[in-house]
Amino acid sequence: MRRLRPLARALAGAYRFLRRDKKAMAGSIILFILLVIAAFPNWFAPDNPAAENFRAGVGPSWHHLLGTTSLGQDVFSQLIVGTRQSVMIALIVGFFCTIMSVGIGVTAAYMGGLIDDSLSLLTDVILVIPTFPLIIVITAYVHGASFWLLVAVLVFTGWSYGARQLRVQALSLRNRDYLLAAKARGESSWYVITVELIPPMTSLIVANFLSAALYAVLAASALQFIGLGNINTESWGTMLYWAQSDEALQTGLPLWALAPGVAIAILGSALALLNYAFDEVSNPALRPVSEKKMKKRMRKMKAVA
Amino acid sequence: MRFLVRRLGFLLVALWAALTLNFFIPRLMPGNPAEAMMARFRGHVNPSALSALEAAFGIGKHQSLISAYFQYLGNTLHGNLGISISYFPIPVSTMIMRALPWSLGLVGLSTVIGFLVGTAVGAVSAWRRGGKLDAVLPPTFIVISAFPYFWVGLLAIRLFAVTLNWFPILGGYSETAVEMWSWSFVGDVLMHAILPAFTIVITSIGGWILTMRNNMITVVAEDYVKMARAKGLTPQRILWQYAGRNAMLPSLTGFAMSLGFVISGAILVEYVFNYPGLGFMLLQAVQNEDYPLMQALFLLITVAVLLAIFVSDIVTAVLDPRTRVRS
Repeated sequence: MRRLRPLARALAGAYRFLRRDKKAMAGSIILFILLVIAAFPNWFAPDNPAAENFRAGVGPSWHHLLGTTSLGQDVFSQLIVGTRQSVMIALIVGFFCTIMSVGIGVTAAYMGGLIDDSLSLLTDVILVIPTFPLIIVITAYVHGASFWLLVAVLVFTGWSYGARQLRVQALSLRNRDYLLAAKARGESSWYVITVELIPPMTSLIVANFLSAALYAVLAASALQFIGLGNINTESWGTMLYWAQSDEALQTGLPLWALAPGVAIAILGSALALLNYAFDEVSNPALRPVSEKKMKKRMRKMKAVA
Repeated sequence: MRFLVRRLGFLLVALWAALTLNFFIPRLMPGNPAEAMMARFRGHVNPSALSALEAAFGIGKHQSLISAYFQYLGNTLHGNLGISISYFPIPVSTMIMRALPWSLGLVGLSTVIGFLVGTAVGAVSAWRRGGKLDAVLPPTFIVISAFPYFWVGLLAIRLFAVTLNWFPILGGYSETAVEMWSWSFVGDVLMHAILPAFTIVITSIGGWILTMRNNMITVVAEDYVKMARAKGLTPQRILWQYAGRNAMLPSLTGFAMSLGFVISGAILVEYVFNYPGLGFMLLQAVQNEDYPLMQALFLLITVAVLLAIFVSDIVTAVLDPRTRVRS
């Protein structure tokens, strides 16, 4: 029971945060819905997304909510089944980027000296090399990048911004009294870093996860759109690729091209909204000031005076 | 002066890293694409092109990887980037020079517009924090910045070029136009640039707004701003000449980060609009498997970004003495 208490407290904290912040609330509801769709696409997709069973190029109807493609596939089913890959790319790339950012950024700040100098240099170099052209060059050599290659490339190019931010934050915490106390107690570096140094940075780490996930969604769909992913998998980016190469917008099938774009935009906005909200958590100066609170504060100040 | 040397040193290290990546990527990818490419071109391309390729990639001469690496570095430093395969026998550097002005114009212009408008909106929304403008504009543009660039471009084409017919659909200029310095040609180029530029601006502006708003909120709380208010200066003057000027400095530093995003967006926007710049050429090179052209373009884009970052570093140092002291 006692073990569960921190978890319960964290959940309660998250709930309070969501209730207070409309942006975070909207973002998490959208994200939750997309997660459910990604986990159980068969509950929602009416047809096999790849089967060319239907009349080609039909507009929206009760049978085909978003019409069919020029090959006679159901657009709505493609959209539902494609959710999984985009959500997975976001979560997996976000996760590994965060691990790398925290590992490299915090190690650099904690160790200092030569280690800090070399890790910072590495971070800055990766940061300034334009990532998207680099991704294009890497994926161009393998025809049809597989899912895991895509993940590897996006992680390699996506961790540096977070590492830099986390290093700065960790530097500002490094010489606080409670950390020095832990060191004086003779705790190991591992303990100091994982138990004392990282927890206060949670909100910044979450914000970093969200922006890495957003970056991954946009970059992966862009790569798939220009035909550098595996064009035979079901994803929103490949849908856009086929819609564009069959000129969906010009031939009266706008929904085929619009729907996957809207889907990417919805996932992207959910991540961006959550990120915006977490920015406000990690930097209290940015929190919205409500009039009620201001009045309360003013009353308090008067009472003190 | 020390600051300048440090930044210059960093520029060189980053350049070296980019060159090294450029050299090793085709060799370390599964299946060694460089060798595979040479095997495919043998017999299809004439011998002089083949030897040019071998020189560009440093292979086929039974030399070690290390000596090939140094030969490649030497070649690149001498501006010897090889010969384009898809536009044989035009040297890669000539091809690039044709595309460069288009990209510089498009990306440069839309970056400046995005920076100015975004910074202004960010400053005003922080100044009137909690006001109507602040409640609407920053969240809206942050959501828009989560849209895929190329998709916004597709929508813009559909709406403004196909349906409303206000702007031309594709390209950098009309096919009938003659390339020369005349008013009609310049007008034609501008008409073609408006939609791509609009796409880049509208998707990149959210970042500028957010950075400026966050900085401005911190700066407005500073004592010298209070002092300015106490002196009874007009709000406009405090906003732009006191708080705004200082809040803009981190945005200039952030310029380095966002430039990468703008470039990647611009590549896709150029692709969607068939705009004759570096990004469009890069993707065409990818489709034609024109690896020398592709690698040279990657290198050039990287150099351009690194130089822009270097310049923004210097400008920040000139404007903000604190950055000079800290380093």
